[in-house]
Amino acid sequence: MSSSGASHKLHGLRLALGEHYRIINSNKLSQFGFWVIVVFTVIALLAPWLAPYDPWEMTYDSEGNFASLRPPSWEFPMGTTHLGYDLFSQLILATRTTLLIGVVSGFISIVIGANVGLIAGYYGGKVDEVLMRITDILYGMPFLPFIIVLIALFGRKLEFIILAIVLIIWRTSARVIRAQAMSIKQRQFIQMAKARGASDFRIIYFHILPNVMPLLLLYAAFNIAWSIITEASASFLGFGDGETISWGGMLYELWLSGKTRVAWWWFASPSVCIILLVVSLVFVSRAYEEVANPRLRKR
Amino acid sequence: MAVLELDRLSRQFELTPGFVERVIQRKKPSYIKAVERLSISIGENEILGIAGESGCGKSTTCTMVSGLLDPTEGDIRFRGNSILGLKGAAIKDYRRAVQMIFQDPYESLNPRFRIVDIVAEGPRALELWGADEIKRRSLAMLDAVGLPSGKYAERFPHELSGGERQRVGIASALVMEPEVIIADEPLSMLDVSIRAGILDLLREMQAERGFSSLYVSHDLSILGNVADRLLVMYLGQAMEIGPAEEVIRNPKHPYTKALIGAVPIPDPRSRREVPNIRGEISKPIDPPPGCRFAPRCPYANASCNETFIEMKTGDSSLHQAACHRLDEIANAGL
Repeated sequence: MSSSGASHKLHGLRLALGEHYRIINSNKLSQFGFWVIVVFTVIALLAPWLAPYDPWEMTYDSEGNFASLRPPSWEFPMGTTHLGYDLFSQLILATRTTLLIGVVSGFISIVIGANVGLIAGYYGGKVDEVLMRITDILYGMPFLPFIIVLIALFGRKLEFIILAIVLIIWRTSARVIRAQAMSIKQRQFIQMAKARGASDFRIIYFHILPNVMPLLLLYAAFNIAWSIITEASASFLGFGDGETISWGGMLYELWLSGKTRVAWWWFASPSVCIILLVVSLVFVSRAYEEVANPRLRKR
Repeated sequence: MAVLELDRLSRQFELTPGFVERVIQRKKPSYIKAVERLSISIGENEILGIAGESGCGKSTTCTMVSGLLDPTEGDIRFRGNSILGLKGAAIKDYRRAVQMIFQDPYESLNPRFRIVDIVAEGPRALELWGADEIKRRSLAMLDAVGLPSGKYAERFPHELSGGERQRVGIASALVMEPEVIIADEPLSMLDVSIRAGILDLLREMQAERGFSSLYVSHDLSILGNVADRLLVMYLGQAMEIGPAEEVIRNPKHPYTKALIGAVPIPDPRSRREVPNIRGEISKPIDPPPGCRFAPRCPYANASCNETFIEMKTGDSSLHQAACHRLDEIANAGL
């Protein structure tokens, strides 16, 4: 009995993975996006072993000269900063921070957004009223002043940057999932579950949640993309964690150095990385959007 | 003793006028009386059919009996005890004992659940048995409704036909071992060719397991076939009740006569006497207190609009109609 149950679960898992494989392979852009994300993830995981130099190490070229503001070459593939830091190493280590912030705040915000949306949408009435007014208040909150106040209060720490991003970003997913939960709640299979005696908790998490899953994955990808952009803009304005290095932080250093007009390679690489990763996430989420919204499907 | 009793069950829905109408025109909210003072009782192993057109309150009655909607007035008693305001274990017991079969087999099965999980959902939600026992019973139930579990258990609803899905719906209700089944037009979404099979299944299950049912339909030929007693409703009121054969062969109420007259007979030469009904079915918004059918009835007079006849419960063999002018209609030989 138990072994057949285990094989059943494995079969289900394989089916679920097969579905994701099919969704991602459904078009070229999402395939591209998927592989970009995989490459960035591998870089993030192996960062300390991949980086040729320490990100804050003053480098010297093979002739022993101090390597300051070098354009890309074989020795320094992405050039160096005015203090002689190797940009390639910085970029690799920054991938780690950026992905960590993106994934963690994307994940936490989707968990909060999904729960708020499901509960508001399912119960309706006063519960909905209260939760949606909170969401409205957050919609009225401008991001940068909010993060400046938060960081002024708590300091430039990674945790607080994630907290600030999460507090701002969950609002959109909550609204969208609420709308979806409201429409699914009206369907007859929910009535049937109620008639069979299922509790509210069971209906929300066993009956409605699987039916909003495609939308949830779509917004998870969106939230990660938004977290990355938000983190980059916050870091660029100098509200990043000073202890770690991120793509936005690299651009901030460039701004501080005053070499923006001279060192094109210094802003090119982090900018390209930000764009590439965000665009890839959007491409993958587009593929999921076709599942969530069949009207977009090609006929 | 009656298994299920509805005592003057009423349900009205409020229609709130828009803000401007409410404030400027001082418009009062109006009420749709979906079900009004409906009293019926269902005995052990009895099938009570409810017939009526769309909007007559059949489905509202079903959702109230299954506990999904609270009545505005009246009472529902299950084996003598009121079910309104039940809490905790008592409501769980009632939920197990009274099960509903839904109309639309395409909409009533969760598209993300496997067939076996749909059937097992009720027992799992109410924690009726252990996990292995629930699984065993669900698979056995699938076999019993004519879906071999080896072939169907792991499938998803979209892989099944309408008839097969309705069998899943029936299995998911019967696996709870209910004492009352509420069937809300279980055949109306199915092809005519499949209906007989599902009807046979319901009858077979009833004979085998012994439960009472409330069988709702607008199709009199099915009701005449399956029901022991028949209740005819019009716009939320009971018009006529009696043994099914008797009501169909010898209808008393003008509305029942018209309804039965509307059932097509596959013989172009056959002609029947049908009362001359005026107008269209209306909506029960703020209706007059009397008989709802009066505005359309060829025999109605002033008294019909004023008082409402409540039918007696208790004696289930009684054939009665809620009409003021029964004797006059009978005497006129109509």
